[in-house]
Parts: sequence; C-alpha cells; structure tokens
Amino acid sequence: MTLLTAEGLYKSFGKTNALDGAGISIREGEVVAIMGPSGSGKSTLLHCLAGILPPDSGTVTYRDRELTTMNDGARSELRRTEFGFVFQFGQLVPELTCLENVALPLRLSGMKRRDAERASKEWMARLEVDTVADQRPGETSGGQGQRVAVARALVTSPKVVFADEPTGALDSLNGERVMHLLTTAARETGAAVVLVTHEPRVAAYSDREVVVRDGRSRDVEFVR
Amino acid sequence: MSIGHALLGLLEGGPRHGYDLKRAYDERFGHDRPLHYGQVYSTLSRLLKNGFVSEAGVEAGDGPERKRYAITDAGVTDVERWLGTPEKPEPYLQNTLYAKVVLALLSGRSATEVLDTQRSAHLGTMRDLTRRKTDGDLADQLICDFALFHLEADLRWLELTAARLDKLAEEVAR
Ligand SMILES: Nc1ncnc2c1ncn2[C@@H]1O[C@H](COP(=O)(O)OP(=O)(O)O)[C@@H](O)[C@H]1O
Ligand SMILES: [Mg+2]
Repeated sequence: MTLLTAEGLYKSFGKTNALDGAGISIREGEVVAIMGPSGSGKSTLLHCLAGILPPDSGTVTYRDRELTTMNDGARSELRRTEFGFVFQFGQLVPELTCLENVALPLRLSGMKRRDAERASKEWMARLEVDTVADQRPGETSGGQGQRVAVARALVTSPKVVFADEPTGALDSLNGERVMHLLTTAARETGAAVVLVTHEPRVAAYSDREVVVRDGRSRDVEFVR
Repeated sequence: MSIGHALLGLLEGGPRHGYDLKRAYDERFGHDRPLHYGQVYSTLSRLLKNGFVSEAGVEAGDGPERKRYAITDAGVTDVERWLGTPEKPEPYLQNTLYAKVVLALLSGRSATEVLDTQRSAHLGTMRDLTRRKTDGDLADQLICDFALFHLEADLRWLELTAARLDKLAEEVAR
C-alpha cells in the first residue's frame, strides 16, 4: 500500500531550481534509494517529503493527509510520531549520553524516563551500540555515532525513516555495517526507508531506486 | 581462472582423488561455476603429462576416479611462479557501453535511456550480491565485494557519462 506520495514538486532557492517537477511514491515497508549526482536535488526532495521544507508548489501526501496544507503544529506532530531521521552527522545532542540521545524522542512524547531508557537500551543492543550507552557522542567512533542515530530514529517505531547520506562520513566497512543494521531493523519492524545516497554500494541495500537529475526524479519502476 | 594452477594449489595439502579435488574446488571457488568432472580429469591428465602431478596409488577397480594424484616438485615450482605473477590488469578499452551511447547519439535515440537501463541492471545485480553477502560467511563477503567494487566502478562511469552527454552529443555530431 502506498504510504507517502509527492507530486509535481517545485522548489527554488533564489535563482536555483532545486526541484523542477519532482515526484515519488513510497510504499509501506519498502527501502527506496534516492540517487543522483551532487546538487541534483536529492536532499531537497527528502526534506519536502518529510515535511521539513515546504515546496513552492506541488503536493505531499502521507496516507490520506496532505502535508502541504497542514499547519506547522500538526506537521511537527506527524514528524515526531510517524517519521524517524538519520543524517550524515551532527544530529546527536553533544551534552547528552548516547542512551539519553536515543531516549530523547520518547521523552519528548511524554514517556517516563525509566520506560524510555529501557526501550532505548533494547534498540541500542539491536544496533550493537549498547556498549557506548553511557558515553557522550563525542567519545564514540563515527560508525558507533551513526548507529546510535539509527537507534534514535527507530525507537519511536516510525512508519518511515528518512536517511540522508547516513554513511557519507564513514569508511566503507562501517558504512555497510550501518546500512545492514538499518535495513534489517527496518524490515523487521515494517518501517519504510527513504535513503538518499550517491554511493551505489549503499543503494544496493535498497529494494529499488529513484534517480534525481536536475531536480526531476525518475522513478524506475513507475517508468516501466 | 587457471583451473590447473588452482588444482595444483589444492594438491599441495596432500594427495587427493579427482572427485575430492572437484569438491574442494567447488566449495572454495566454484560457488557460481562448479567444475565438470570432465574438466577435472582432462586437466589432471595434462598436469600428469607435464610432470606437475604424479599418480599416488590406485584403488581396486578401474576408471579414472580410482586414482590419487600428488603434486611434484615441478608442480610446486609452477604454483609458486603463478602466485608470483600478477594478473594482467584488464584494459577495459573494448567498451560496449561506450559504443552503445555513441550509436544512440548518432542515430538520434535516447542515450540517457541506454545509460539508465544499464544502471538499473547493474544495481539489480549489486542488490543480489549484497543480499548474498549479508546472508553469507567471510568467503561470500570477499567474493561478493570483489564483484560489487567492479560493478560500482561501472556505475560511476555511467553517472559521469550521463553528466557529459550534452558535450559528447556535440562532439559526435561534428
Ligand atoms: N538552503 C539552500 N539555499 C540555497 N540553495 C540551496 C539550499 N538548499 C539547496 N540548495 C541548492 O539546490 C540545489 C539542490 O540541492 P540539494 O537538494 O542539496 O542537492 P543534493 O542533495 O542532490 O546534493 C543545489 O544547487 C543547492 O546548491
Ligand atoms: Mg544532499
């Protein structure tokens, strides 16, 4: 079943047309790679899909709800409850321990500290980073930090995980470990993953790919 | 892959029957392309003729499958020479894809389509290899990574060419 659909997205920054009529459709539980050269509009497309950035025109629909016409409060509520996010780096709060970072989204939803930390520990074990629970993000390796970020993205049982170059700052072995654990966990929980990457070996963890060129997306499966 | 050298290398561990050798080869290197018995015996008889292996006992009964083979000193020298000689790097100059792109441009067809179709096929294969790698052991991982890195190189070329199509179209039109 289709979960998330974008149609006819346009977005410009000054004179740059970052999106020029892009569209994409994400089904429940699938892992989709958004590929394309640097500057082609991949991140902009992801931000519009996730309701982080409003497009100039076009629609984004999650289930039967249109993100583009929702008010800010409803949109951030949707992001908090239905979506998870992993970025290239810099997403963890440096002052908190890794465990507190993972627990943060649950705490923000009003869960009690003990319950939040218990659930977080389970996710950290699944991502093989329970050993760094009491360390601060700055004290972990890049690969561990990204796996903590994945645990944080998954801890709320989101329906969609948005990952923008999640392995971009890692060497290939660590990058593949992150991808393996992320896609395995997502498949087990039924979460869809929207993965922006320009690396083919990372994209190979997906079920299918959508290519963005000059702000226009080409959905391989839909073209055929 | 030089099957003769691979069999010699396996015989360095001790004498074996032909069917033993085939099993050992398939297990380590023949996951995607197991040897035929015919191949094993014709290779062994060539190695025997060249003095790289010798017969090391025959069991009761007849037929080639009864014989055990052992590596000779000349065989060991030959394996050593093979291991010490680098494989010739592929020249990669007979590029069918490049020819397809140019011919598409020359005939006014879509070269982007050619590139996209190929990219999609490459990624499909990469997905299969990734799946096999994540389900497999270290040997699977190394074998699949070898293929994955090569396919990735092709994909990089496809992307680069896609980015330069306008320029190439101009040059081809001249
Ligand atoms: N906040 C911004 N301000 C100005 N230009 C931007 C901004 N975000 C993106 N762009 C421009 O939009 C285009 C697409 O960017 P982006 O979506 O980040 O591409 P990608 O993720 O594929 O590298 C680029 O030319 C980029 O410079
Ligand atoms: Mg980007």
